[in-house]
Amino acid sequence: MTQTAEAPVAPPPRADERVGRKSPLARILARPEAGAIAGAIIIYVFFFIIAPPFRNASSFSSVLYVTSTYGLMATPVALLMIGGEFDLSAGVAVTSSALCASLFSYEFTTNAWVGVLVALVLSLLIGFINGWLVVKTGIPSFLITLGMFFMLQGLNIALTQTITNQVSSPDISTLQGFNSAREVFSASWTIGGVNIRTSVVYWIVFVIIATYILLRTRIGNWIFSVGGNAPSARAVGVPVARMKIGLFMAVGFMAWFTGMHTLFLFNTIQSGQGIGNEFVYIIAAVVGGCLLTGGYGSAVGAAIGALIFGMVNQGIVYAGWNPDWFQFFVGALLLGAILLNTYIRRRAEASI
Amino acid sequence: MSTPQDVPAGKHHAPEAVPPAGNGRSGVPLVKLIGAGKRYGAVIALHDINLEVGAHEVTCVLGDNGAGKSTLIKIIAGLHQPSSGTYEVDGAPVSFSSPREALERGIATVYQDLAVVALMPVWRNFFLGNEVRKGFRMDIPAMKKMCKDELLAMGIDLRDVDQPIGTLSGGERQCVAISRAVHFGAKVLILDEPTAALGVKQSGVVLKYIIQARERGLGVIFITHNPHHAYPVGDRFLLLNRGASIGNYEKSQVTRDELTGLMAGGAELEQLSHELESAGGAAAAIGRSLEEDVEELGISHPSSTTTTTESDAR
Repeated sequence: MTQTAEAPVAPPPRADERVGRKSPLARILARPEAGAIAGAIIIYVFFFIIAPPFRNASSFSSVLYVTSTYGLMATPVALLMIGGEFDLSAGVAVTSSALCASLFSYEFTTNAWVGVLVALVLSLLIGFINGWLVVKTGIPSFLITLGMFFMLQGLNIALTQTITNQVSSPDISTLQGFNSAREVFSASWTIGGVNIRTSVVYWIVFVIIATYILLRTRIGNWIFSVGGNAPSARAVGVPVARMKIGLFMAVGFMAWFTGMHTLFLFNTIQSGQGIGNEFVYIIAAVVGGCLLTGGYGSAVGAAIGALIFGMVNQGIVYAGWNPDWFQFFVGALLLGAILLNTYIRRRAEASI
Repeated sequence: MSTPQDVPAGKHHAPEAVPPAGNGRSGVPLVKLIGAGKRYGAVIALHDINLEVGAHEVTCVLGDNGAGKSTLIKIIAGLHQPSSGTYEVDGAPVSFSSPREALERGIATVYQDLAVVALMPVWRNFFLGNEVRKGFRMDIPAMKKMCKDELLAMGIDLRDVDQPIGTLSGGERQCVAISRAVHFGAKVLILDEPTAALGVKQSGVVLKYIIQARERGLGVIFITHNPHHAYPVGDRFLLLNRGASIGNYEKSQVTRDELTGLMAGGAELEQLSHELESAGGAAAAIGRSLEEDVEELGISHPSSTTTTTESDAR
């Protein structure tokens, strides 16, 4: 009796019966940023509990500032990694750009903006050379940019030494145009007692732009394709060489931008600065879900990766620990994030 | 299945790619190679090849590994230029410097191993290189819908065009690549071993799409090493061995068994059977059965072949 009562079966909804078992949680976990978001929450809660100063709005603004200095570069580096390439010269390229701007405008006593523009040309050129060599020779970008890394590092130190007889660039704050350049690159406002630097705003804007490009434009489609399977992309007419060179130049552009920010904040630049930062950018991108092999990842993920970095960097200070522990944490984070990402991706792919 | 697709406006980025032809054979082949050859330095990869395909035709290119099939595709697809001979499209000589140029003339290539980008969603793959745009950004809802509809028209019912294409089966992936090429107004479709990595059933599905493409008025160049796949769908057969042509037949001039025999290389098979027989034991039994096969297939190897291959080897 009871069984016959159930007989009138409602017609199944038009939606495909093979879809729909994916829970909202599985959808979120399937995103490249999933691991980074989980990690960021854990790190935040961790320092929130053990480091009381971490809870202040002002200290979070300094976390955001540190984050932005890494995040600005992590954004194009993530795009480049999605496009299937590395740039190990990204860290010292920032210093090269800043040194170029400051030495040029100081030595030729020009307006600061002239140096800024010369540095822009240099940075784009470095990116172009990296990209062009990788595309034309087919040698892995790891090796090409490793060579570029050492060359730039050598030039930074040697040229600065030769020109100024010092290990840092001269103070350029007296130059014409310095103040307006500082307004553009390194200004800061105080809102409700919290100091906010423009670099944070720029960082967020660039992440939004990068995400938009990646997900909503043809260029983004092409970036994924050249990283995922370059021969396939070429076969359907994607200009692979131009895309890759363009991505290296995007890293160059952001190296210039970050370099200008640092230069106009401190008036001077240490010639040995920037070494090791290339790994920070790559780690931020990887923690944010970028595959080392390319074709997968997100700019938002890299931003969250950078945020994790910023939180650890400042959190250790606020917790009163020896900052020497920082690198250990970074390494552990990277390892943890990779394991977590791999696990999540497997789960997500299995549940598709 | 053979109903012509309604083509939404503004879909084609290469306007010259699709004249509203399709009204049968015009007499001028869509693609024609005359005496084409390719050298890489001292290596002769391809020598004196003649090939043509017209609308509503399937030309099969058969050959074993290293026969020069890939080189031939690369020339037609615009990846390489022939070092000798001429390449004509619609009766006019062409010289492509990139696959994009070939694509603009309506020559689309579906490679076996690089048909798709595995990690990207199906719809992104479908429109890769031909994205529908509204100003600067892509018109994603329209693309997803078009992709789903077009695949459905080809008989592929996907759960979700947002899934990574790597999660589809090999046959489905080939079919997505084929329907993509058809959708974007290819006049000539080059299929590089589309059935090589597939099972029996999936190969059948791919062969069905080849027929469908022909019905739609496309010229298809079907590269394969399997005469059993080639014979049912082909109108012409070009056989390659060691970079040279060893036969160019219309379907009426050749049977499947003859094709198989030519593919197997009668003389080489005989040689192999002798070697096996002299080895004795179990090998000899295999050798004898091979010899019977050779006789059964009635393979008479063209004597000219030997001279061509020898001159090639030099």
